[in-house]
Amino acid sequence: MNGIHDMGGMHGFGAVDHRPDEALFPEAWQGRVCALAGYAMAAGLANLDAFRHAIERMPPDRYLADGYYGRWLYALETLARERLGGDSLPERPEHLGSVAREVDREARFAVGDAVRTWNRHPEGHTRLPGYARGRRGAITEVHPACVYPDTNADGRGESPEYLYTVGFDSRELWGEEAEAVTTVYIDLFEPYLEAMS
Amino acid sequence: MTIEDAGPELRTEALEALLVKKGLVRSAAVDALVERYEQDIGPLRGARVVAQAWTDPAFRARLLEDGMPAIRELGFGDNTDAHVARLVVKENTESVHNLIVCTLCSCYPWAVLGLPPAWYKSPAYRARAVREPRRLLAELGLELPPEVEVRVWDSSAEVRYMVLPRRPQGADDLGVEQLTALVTRDSMIGVERL
Repeated sequence: MNGIHDMGGMHGFGAVDHRPDEALFPEAWQGRVCALAGYAMAAGLANLDAFRHAIERMPPDRYLADGYYGRWLYALETLARERLGGDSLPERPEHLGSVAREVDREARFAVGDAVRTWNRHPEGHTRLPGYARGRRGAITEVHPACVYPDTNADGRGESPEYLYTVGFDSRELWGEEAEAVTTVYIDLFEPYLEAMS
Repeated sequence: MTIEDAGPELRTEALEALLVKKGLVRSAAVDALVERYEQDIGPLRGARVVAQAWTDPAFRARLLEDGMPAIRELGFGDNTDAHVARLVVKENTESVHNLIVCTLCSCYPWAVLGLPPAWYKSPAYRARAVREPRRLLAELGLELPPEVEVRVWDSSAEVRYMVLPRRPQGADDLGVEQLTALVTRDSMIGVERL
């Protein structure tokens, strides 16, 4: 979804407030939310993609106002309300380990292939950042097939897809005024990519 | 007042009570995990990995080939970030500088660096690291020569990235333990050179 979470390239946030030695959890509730999220997901409340999507579904003003663990709290409240209302409990997920999956087909692309990302704007969860839609890049690494977030986030299943690292020249993303000699690499799933002829 | 209007402390208590009642979590386990995050899982692991790579060329090669099996050799890579598909380590050189970000949320290599610092999760960092990394790094005190290639890694899937910084000059005689102490979290994210 084209939400406030998709921040790559946005203007207006000012300087980075860089404090290298800040406490991990300045407030105690933040640590508890962090741990609660881990346990609740392991117990089957939601998979990680559904959790991220619950964050993305926040009203944009709340997303910005609540801060990082505030967003986690909001998302956990949303998921609890949606999924823990009845008497039945979520089923513990089969996989608590890596999202990598074996698939019985070959990867469509190889290192060096020229690709273009699709220009789609799904209302649901996706991991193709807005700033890289419809852009030309090159495959720099082929990873194992992984759980596909776009379907896994809303209950349509894992449907694993090959994952690739794609390198984009900064000028392709940001135009002529882009910083020179700069490449942005993004990890993208096979459906997001089409071959350049 | 409804729970939605309450502050985050009360809302967290209410959420925890619900999750405990439903049998999804135990409060004692939550206490233990918070303590573990705060005390055991931190950037020290990554610093140790970097020091090993600086002093052991064969380990460095294995680390750059595939990060997760390599860090397991040092006893790391437990279930801290269990869903991750791969750990990829990118080496800084005289001509290449690497920078890690996650523009869509705040993915971060928990297994080696612990939980991310607040600035890494901030909208300003997420927005700017991919569009104007050189300007951003300069603001943070790192002026890169124009001929140095900048590579920004936007962690948009379950691959996690860590930077292998360059060994500082004048550190030739130091052992692994002393080298570990030199390695900062910032240098493994890529906003600092040692």
